[in-house]
Amino acid sequence: MTAVDDRPTLSPEIGRDRRRKEDQRLITGRTRWTDNLALPGMLHMAIVRSPYAHARITSIDLEAADKAINIYDVFDGKKLQDSMGVMINAWPITPDQKAPTHYPLAVDRVTFAGEAVAVVVARSAAEARDAAELVDIEYEVLPPVLDIKEALKDEVLAHPDLGTNKSALWQFDSAAAGTGGNVDEAIEKARSDGIVIERELIQQRLIPAFMEPRSVVVDPVGEQITMWTATQIPHIVKFALAATTGVPESKIRVIAPDVGGGFGGKLALTPEEWITFAVARHIGKPIKFTETRSESMATGHHGRAQVQHITLAAEKDGTVTGLKVHLDADLGSYVALLGGGTPVLGAFMFNAIYKFPAYQFNCQTVFTNRTWTDAYRGAGRPEATFAIERVMDDLAAELGVDPLEIREKNWIKNTEFPFTTVSGLQYDTGNYEVATEKAKAAFGYDELRAEQKERRDRGDRVQLGIGVSTFTEMCGLAPSRILGALSYGAGGWEHAEIRMLATGKVEVVIGVSPHGQGHETAFSQIVADRLGVPFEDVEVLHGDTQVSARGLDTYGSRSLVLGGEAVVRAADKVIEKAKVVAAHLMEANVDDVQFANGRYTVAGTDQGIGIAEVALATFTAHNFPEGFEPNIDSEATFDAVTFSFPHGTHLCATEVDTETGQVKLRKYVCVDDIGTVINPLIATGQMHGGLVQGISQALWEEAVHDEQGNLVSGSFVDYLLPTAADLINFDVGHAVNPSTTNSLGTKGVGEAGTIASTPAVVNSVVDAVRHRGVTDIVMPLTPERVWTALQGSGGGAATVEAAEPHFEGQEDNR
Amino acid sequence: MTKISLRVDQENVSDDVEPRMLLVQYLRERLGKTGTVIGCDTSNCGACTVHLNGRSVKSCNVLAVQADGATVDTIERLASDDGTLHPVQEAFRECHGLQCGFCTPGMIMQTVDLLNENPNPTEEEVRVGLEGNLCRCTGYHNIVKSVLYAAQLQQGVATETEGANA
Repeated sequence: MTAVDDRPTLSPEIGRDRRRKEDQRLITGRTRWTDNLALPGMLHMAIVRSPYAHARITSIDLEAADKAINIYDVFDGKKLQDSMGVMINAWPITPDQKAPTHYPLAVDRVTFAGEAVAVVVARSAAEARDAAELVDIEYEVLPPVLDIKEALKDEVLAHPDLGTNKSALWQFDSAAAGTGGNVDEAIEKARSDGIVIERELIQQRLIPAFMEPRSVVVDPVGEQITMWTATQIPHIVKFALAATTGVPESKIRVIAPDVGGGFGGKLALTPEEWITFAVARHIGKPIKFTETRSESMATGHHGRAQVQHITLAAEKDGTVTGLKVHLDADLGSYVALLGGGTPVLGAFMFNAIYKFPAYQFNCQTVFTNRTWTDAYRGAGRPEATFAIERVMDDLAAELGVDPLEIREKNWIKNTEFPFTTVSGLQYDTGNYEVATEKAKAAFGYDELRAEQKERRDRGDRVQLGIGVSTFTEMCGLAPSRILGALSYGAGGWEHAEIRMLATGKVEVVIGVSPHGQGHETAFSQIVADRLGVPFEDVEVLHGDTQVSARGLDTYGSRSLVLGGEAVVRAADKVIEKAKVVAAHLMEANVDDVQFANGRYTVAGTDQGIGIAEVALATFTAHNFPEGFEPNIDSEATFDAVTFSFPHGTHLCATEVDTETGQVKLRKYVCVDDIGTVINPLIATGQMHGGLVQGISQALWEEAVHDEQGNLVSGSFVDYLLPTAADLINFDVGHAVNPSTTNSLGTKGVGEAGTIASTPAVVNSVVDAVRHRGVTDIVMPLTPERVWTALQGSGGGAATVEAAEPHFEGQEDNR
Repeated sequence: MTKISLRVDQENVSDDVEPRMLLVQYLRERLGKTGTVIGCDTSNCGACTVHLNGRSVKSCNVLAVQADGATVDTIERLASDDGTLHPVQEAFRECHGLQCGFCTPGMIMQTVDLLNENPNPTEEEVRVGLEGNLCRCTGYHNIVKSVLYAAQLQQGVATETEGANA
């Protein structure tokens, strides 16, 4: 016990731009990606995949492969049917949702090009792939259905036994829910005495394209079966393996080691994980499977893939009176883990930052013979934000006013928080005025508008466009009660544990599972501040279910908002427990003991003891309070009451060459309210990466299948990921209004950039050429599409005829 | 099988390899040099970039037998033996030029080569010079900043604490 505190004062960690702890191993190549693992006796697996989008398997001949040199075993779906489990959907969005049984390895039918049909296990990966060529499979080819609108006709069926391609219709109506008025009445009124904007917008299919291809190693040797897998969700994988294979959960250990990006693409239960698990159990030796990039593109789940029908009703002055949304969402060939839940997440975000009095949302999910879809960065919210921000621009154009003016007329004023929206969510804090003012100033909004006018007047070949996106999102997925109300199959809490080691070091065990987000650094900062210990003394452990027993992993901008709060609460429990010990050691009344800056002191005395000393005293337990267990470690589970709601104003300037259709990014400014920022370096980095994924949807990316259902954008040659040379620097600012949903005041940042940037870019390009009669261009905005739109054919002009279903028999009024 | 002998990360090594074996497979599977990673099958992503006789190559685009007699350097021996980081490594850490870190070995090896050739590049030259390396996390903003800062570090005009403000 020391009477005098002679430690150097620790400066606050929260808000500090700490360089990341995880970088040392990553920049020196001392990493543990799953594919880096090599276990004694490990065998390698290759997968034989369907070349057809839809076919019946008539025969599989494994003999030639089995006889090849160094081949250990071969399997088809029938051989593994009883042991491989099934792929589950965790979110049946309606009680009558149709979801065909999905085996990891096809049993009698294939439903998309790339589906796993047989596997070969060999001593080396190369030999496994060679032998996979020897597997002889005969198919009876069936017609595939590939297009959302075609699928809705139910003429060609993705799953003939189902009798329909329609899986589920999910609806929300503000009048029925009591959260707002009747949208049809609002639209009818606007038709006679107001403005109605009706649009069909396309959310093209995207590929998450994380840089590390997925890899899985299963070691069945020992009491527990251990799976290393490149996943965002080790805890959910463990639960689902147990639930579907009959192996007791206590016999399964799942480890997500270093994971090279996810973006929702590794928020998945994959057939490859399930097959490897089954094969390892059969053979009794460690098995590795690492996908090629082509396999990753064709068989890892895709994202977005919606047709959006939007009807916006407004008064003549631009005050919006109602919004009606109908989505047709492509599930692909099976209902994936979240499946239709992904577009449904958008249900609460189409009303965005606006005070719409009436709202209706309908989402029809539909099967096609394409790769199944699931979460991709933003998951439902980028689609919603895109649609509403595109349409708000069209409303401004209709009225001939600045797009920011029409937004301000309709948005929630900063004096109106907390505000309950028409979709029933309560936004706690925000200030759209301040974010917008800051963004405009940094952007040089008025100057760029002047330049735009000047170029327009001059008839310049290169026209300038300014795009606006004032977005919000819901983060911290998700409060368990809300998930329950939405029929999601699990909770949304988060867990953390703090271990006070005898040597004064601190181990923080988190249930969230990072794959590039810098959790080790940010969570160290939180704990260092809370416990008053040096940043360097904190070690953050994660991603191994044997170490981190409880957790629900990383997605939906939840790690900091939920996991961070769990850490805070665990730390507070440590402080409370250790206080009893500290009081005992100082022979003081516990009520007189205070804790600050890592030290317990007794009021009115110079007595004090550091928390590390209490940890040592707890370890030795020589002198301990009567009846008090010698343990100050603590854990906490946090379940939020509601979501958090980051928002921001994004401004994008593009230059459009009207003769070639080429789009060039000129300037991008955003000012976001992500709540309290723990580490500005990391938060800004998240924004940069998020922005580019959203920009890339607008300009470059699309998963394209040919008429037979083959993915033609199945490699990095064909699927256009931007390079450094395609991009510019970004001006990222913050306007902080702390959240009230957690004690740190954080709101979430991982998805913000992606959600906001797509409409900012498209609005910018359309703004550049709107004076030429262009009102929409289908994404991605390739030079060809922009040029075609400028010729007055294609772009947006062609899409309105097909607008369905609530436009039927109605006059197109745009 | 063909016998090859080469020098990898300052050690002499020799193996019998299949003629079809790629250099990256040789590095990872035979030498355990897992610091170098594989991100695609089409030589687009650059994650496997190493130095072959002092120049950057995508090691998925070189056969192991082509490296016979050559000197290969990977990310694993870029830092000094005493643990001192190479200025490019230091710059990536300082400027938050990585998130998941999967593309990072390739980015760093490419950057070393880029700066060897052009010690004082413009932002535009950096962007074009990294065109063969894909990153999905950072949006390249901080990678470009890292490279420019590394150039400063190597020329001795920056100190290690001002990178993020550079």
